[in-house]
Amino acid sequence: MQRFSLLSLLQNSLSGHTGWKPFWRDAAPKQKYDAIIIGGGGHGLATAYYLAKNHGMTNIAVLEKGWIGGGNTGRNTTIIRSNYLWNESGALYEHSLKLWEGLNEDLNINLMFSQRGVINLAHNLADVREGVRRVEANRLNGIDGEWLTPEQVKEFCPIIDISKTARYPVMGATLQRRGGTARHDTVAWGYARAADSLGVDIIQNCEVTGILREDGRVTGVRTTRGTIMADKVGMVAAGHTSVLAAMADIRLPLQSHPLQALVSEPVKPIHPCVIMSNAVHVYVSQSDKGELVIGAGIDSFNSYSQRGSFHIIEHQMAALIELFPIFSRMRMLRTWGGIVDVCPDASPIVSKTPVKNLFINCGWGTGGFKATPGSGWVFAHTIATGEPHPLNAAFSLGRFTSGALIDEHGAAAVAH
Amino acid sequence: MLRIACPWCGEREEMEFSYGGQAHIAYPKDPHALSDEEWAQFVFMRDNPKGLFLERWAHSQGCRRWFNVARHTVTHEISAVYKPGELPPGGAK
Repeated sequence: MQRFSLLSLLQNSLSGHTGWKPFWRDAAPKQKYDAIIIGGGGHGLATAYYLAKNHGMTNIAVLEKGWIGGGNTGRNTTIIRSNYLWNESGALYEHSLKLWEGLNEDLNINLMFSQRGVINLAHNLADVREGVRRVEANRLNGIDGEWLTPEQVKEFCPIIDISKTARYPVMGATLQRRGGTARHDTVAWGYARAADSLGVDIIQNCEVTGILREDGRVTGVRTTRGTIMADKVGMVAAGHTSVLAAMADIRLPLQSHPLQALVSEPVKPIHPCVIMSNAVHVYVSQSDKGELVIGAGIDSFNSYSQRGSFHIIEHQMAALIELFPIFSRMRMLRTWGGIVDVCPDASPIVSKTPVKNLFINCGWGTGGFKATPGSGWVFAHTIATGEPHPLNAAFSLGRFTSGALIDEHGAAAVAH
Repeated sequence: MLRIACPWCGEREEMEFSYGGQAHIAYPKDPHALSDEEWAQFVFMRDNPKGLFLERWAHSQGCRRWFNVARHTVTHEISAVYKPGELPPGGAK
């Protein structure tokens, strides 16, 4: 790997930046690997990186049907936080946030990770109770959290409207100061580059069309680039996980929905943090380029179309202007959609499956980006050792039979 | 936005309707006989195809009645709308 440093930047600037090498090799599939990761998004690439780095498994491949950074990794609103309610989620997301805090150095790349603070607004008594409870739960779990009055919200984010005459006045908010945003594409590229440097094959334009099994054990995959054998297979395909799982006759509790986001024209720095509102339903931050990055709810119906309905956008624009009247004349530049795999308890599944040596990492729904490092970390452990890491043991597929659900609909901050 | 033809009211905009997920999941005939695994299948596990999907909708802002829709989950094309208790076009589901 060509490392980034002040010296390497200087040297390459002298040669007109023609000396930079590609971030990863264009690998062709080998006949057999120790492990195959299906899905070259952030979670899949992080899994491959930690398999190599933490567990010494380097004869592995990441299979991506499209291109790296072309799926949900490059389509989300880049919000990072760990203020989840239950102990299990708090531990998993906080592990992830701690990894984010050292990830620039670990991956030797500038992820533009910015801990600008994440605010979750409360607009009614139920929101207030849920928010205060969540702040207290977070603090008991060693996760930073504060409860803000409307005036404190205004102090933290001066452009917000906290007037009592608003249709849904701001009644308070949770604040996680360590939360923030990161540059999403670079997360995918950074993990791909780091994994590649440890020997991982990153194979793009390689769609899995079948899961090969023998005596209840996975033996490989059929792909558009031929059959590839493997001792272990991990499926990390977000919205398409159900389609993959069906190839192995596994039925999951997931439903795939479009989730949309949009960006405005770029403007000077105006919005200093991340604001999320579950009740009026919008979340917004400002990118370093100056665009407002805006997201909200999923379309209610199942879809794999990677586009959402216009009335969803209309609703979130109404919510945005309700909270920030200052944005009323801003023009929106682009909208797009990604397909998210929504789980009944708004928590992920990182688990073994009924097929031996076949593992799944899915169900992150509307909020998987923040979990990228932690998800890869625990999934790598699960694949390498065959047993879940203590942090993902509770996120098993078996919880839908045992009833030990992890209900995070409040903390998920997206209604579904 | 989808335009959905309610079997009773005719074609209306999607905003008048509520989504009900996968259709034809019958309540267990003998609930007491179900194992935990069978309950999990009934309550949580769902088909999630990329293609034709049989699903329920309710005309909640209109006649408030439930019905079934056969829709493609990539093109969103609705190939059939049929009443509760009826089989999807083409016979068995």
